[in-house]
Amino acid sequence: MSAVVDTAGPATIDLRLVGLRKEFTSQDDPNTVVVAVDDVDLELPKGRLVTLLGPSGCGKTTLLRMIAGFEEPTRGDIYFGARRMNQVAPNARDATMVFQSYAIFPHLNVYDNIAFGLRLKGLSRVDIKARVDRVVDQVGLVGMTQRPPSQLSGGQQQRVALARCLVMEPRMLLFDEPLSNLDAKLREQMRIEIRELQQRLGITSVYVTHDQVEAMSISDVVVVMDRGRVAQVGSPVEVYARPVDRFVADFIGKANFIEAVAVDARTIEVAGARLEVPNGVPHPAGTEVTAVIRPEALTIERGAQLVAPLRGVVERASFLGQLAEIAVRAPGDARWLVDVPNAAEVGMPEVGETVGLVPSARSLHVLPR
Amino acid sequence: MRRALREIRILARDPLLLFLVATVFVLIALFVVYPLAKVAIASLQTRGGDWTAEHYQLLQTRRLYQNALRNSLSVAALVGVVGTALGFVVAFTLTRVDVPFKRALHLITLLPIISPPFVGAVSILFLFGFNGLVTKQLLGLQDFNIYGRWGVVASQIFTFAPLAYLSLRGVLQSISPVLEDAAYNVGATRWQAFWRVTFPLSLPGIFSAFLVVFIESISDFGNPLVLAGAAFPMLAPQAYLEITGSFNLARGAMLAVVLLIPSLIAFAVQRYWVSRRQYVTVTGKPTASTSRIVSPAAKWALYALVLAFAALVLAFYAVIVLGAFTRVWGFDYTPTLQHLRYVFSVGLKSVYDTLIIAIVSTPLSGLLGMLVAYLVVRRRFPGKAALEFGSILSYAVPGTVVGIGYILAFNTPPLILTGTLAILVLAFVFRYVPVGIQNGIAVLKQVDPSIEEAAQNLGADAVTTFRKVTLPLLAPAFFSGLVYAFVRAMTAISAAIFLVSANWNLMTVQILNQVGSGRLGVAAAFSIVTIVLVTIAIAIITVLVERWSKTTTTVRFG
Repeated sequence: MSAVVDTAGPATIDLRLVGLRKEFTSQDDPNTVVVAVDDVDLELPKGRLVTLLGPSGCGKTTLLRMIAGFEEPTRGDIYFGARRMNQVAPNARDATMVFQSYAIFPHLNVYDNIAFGLRLKGLSRVDIKARVDRVVDQVGLVGMTQRPPSQLSGGQQQRVALARCLVMEPRMLLFDEPLSNLDAKLREQMRIEIRELQQRLGITSVYVTHDQVEAMSISDVVVVMDRGRVAQVGSPVEVYARPVDRFVADFIGKANFIEAVAVDARTIEVAGARLEVPNGVPHPAGTEVTAVIRPEALTIERGAQLVAPLRGVVERASFLGQLAEIAVRAPGDARWLVDVPNAAEVGMPEVGETVGLVPSARSLHVLPR
Repeated sequence: MRRALREIRILARDPLLLFLVATVFVLIALFVVYPLAKVAIASLQTRGGDWTAEHYQLLQTRRLYQNALRNSLSVAALVGVVGTALGFVVAFTLTRVDVPFKRALHLITLLPIISPPFVGAVSILFLFGFNGLVTKQLLGLQDFNIYGRWGVVASQIFTFAPLAYLSLRGVLQSISPVLEDAAYNVGATRWQAFWRVTFPLSLPGIFSAFLVVFIESISDFGNPLVLAGAAFPMLAPQAYLEITGSFNLARGAMLAVVLLIPSLIAFAVQRYWVSRRQYVTVTGKPTASTSRIVSPAAKWALYALVLAFAALVLAFYAVIVLGAFTRVWGFDYTPTLQHLRYVFSVGLKSVYDTLIIAIVSTPLSGLLGMLVAYLVVRRRFPGKAALEFGSILSYAVPGTVVGIGYILAFNTPPLILTGTLAILVLAFVFRYVPVGIQNGIAVLKQVDPSIEEAAQNLGADAVTTFRKVTLPLLAPAFFSGLVYAFVRAMTAISAAIFLVSANWNLMTVQILNQVGSGRLGVAAAFSIVTIVLVTIAIAIITVLVERWSKTTTTVRFG
């Protein structure tokens, strides 16, 4: 798998992984080898934020821990710029990490937690104070520096963990599912703050998450991982709109997978209806393919005289507030999920009603079956 | 006051509960508080019954008592420091470092905890005594004297370092290795990560372990009695000698009070100050289990120390086994079964007595422990804090004090118990119940009360709820309390030695008598029989627990 992130302009590559592999011996059976990370290649330009996205067990955290130096690769190389890092100890890597559990030192107050690494460097008191004060201001912990960790909320602990990393002015920031222990509202707020800070300071960052919304909202580049391998690398828009396979399409958001047949270079046939695919159909006529369309790219047509070529019967209609989620049973036993925005105003389709389905042509995407 | 009244009124609505609470209060007052009060009173009275401070004034005038106090305190401090350091090294190595045979080393290190109190002392005599294997046979020393400070210190470190190990193991396991990772990640070396993160986080636990070892050492009766010798007086044996040698109950009681004060202070500090400062950092799923905190060189150095201690433990036990089958240690190493034969003929009664006392007191102690734990955690009644304190108080009271208290309290009407089975059983039940109570409280506090409420909501009454829901949840705590109570009952000496009689005698007292008359072989044979019986009992209880956990579904909370 080779995937080079295309960049706007001649940015220098800050992190490069070459054929990186990690094998574990199974604890139950010493003869079984589990491949946690399977020959991953990746190049990340300076100042960008990449997320490693995938379900649990896909190897994303192991990959991150290899970059941090906590796991030794079985094979392959890690470069920071031009320097090969494989033999460099974790305490000399200059890549600070925000741990999933935050790993705040419970015996030190906020100030001492943040100053921990600077003291190890032997900086003067004055320098340490100046640097700590600056990050405390950046992450919004002003006035809390004397508190013990036991008196901090989850969000505040998160900020301390981030400040402890930032204060080192590292070459690279590593995040291991940093927001997974926060509630939904705080998670959204923190990810905006992290992204703003990262962009303002221009720190190259690697961010591990299993939350696709988080990944898309925060990243320059998303690396979708599946069972140790890189499934797709691209911008958030690319992986969402043009997934390379069913796994990526399914993992990133909701999708309808519809059996279709290629008609010509720009047309497919779905349940007797011909639909145009603007990006093209890279398959010979007559090939069975899978059409992918997102629920929000379908509109519902109601009324007595339907013109849409695709039709079906409403099976379920759930009102979720900002939108309504409709399940439509189409001929050939296909089931379509459709999002209806602003349903409170335009009205909810009724269960049992026959409706037409109109795909937005630009959003139709074809995968090999 | 008004709250207390309201609680009593609620209690009165449930006669069974009221009865149980009242019973527990009476029992604890009678068998924990009353004997202690008797000791304090006796130490302040003349033979005629007038109040006096004369016994305490002896502390200023009599050299013997001053020395006993100074020796006991200095030995306890030294054993506390060295025992805790050793316990920490072993705990750190076995929890944090990737070395072979961890499980076996863990079990070997725990061995002294389940042994009778004289194994260390007798082994030391076998190895380093006048006729010791090392001192006489190997080194040819003629007048090497192990008796005194260093003999006691060595024997106590062997006996009590495993306690420090056990509690520090729990402390280190609760410190997440991710914190060490976090320290490296911002540039710490291994050395810095240890001294700035792991060590400060363990510090409350280390202090707590020190206090536990300190209490055990100062209360210890067996090792000093065997190894201190006349030239090195210590408090616990001195109190015993005042009573059994000079028949001076008042002076014995005074020494008991003097012994009690440092124990209680150490207990109070440990319980109400240190335990509040413990950090628990393990949250969520554990990520990395092995730590990188140790360099290869340090790793093998630590491992060597752990192996050395384990080897010492094994050597001590090997010597005991050899001694039990050797005719006259130091002179005639012919193998023999005569010592064992002695145990099973002359000594057989004490074997039976010990077993009967242990078998009677163990379930009583277990049930009382669960009952008190349940009342303290789940019920509201006035005087709850006092009840909890009273019930765990005896944990901090040296056995010598308990023994003296029991003979003072139950030698005279209204309750004459001396010479009976009851006095030994009662002493053991109330002395060893605190561990069961603490285990029970810890388990119950983790069980969501809504589980019990659910049972009541589905139609179960209070008794059924307790029997069908609470009790099964308490089972693990109950069984571990049983193991503890049984082991202690089989190996107890300090309180029991005041309470044994011609009718009811104990193997540990036999061991002491044999050591006293120089028959180490018989003492070793008694020790082996004790160890075997304890091991069999633990095995039986473990099998029962496994049966139990197979038939009931295990529910995890957290």
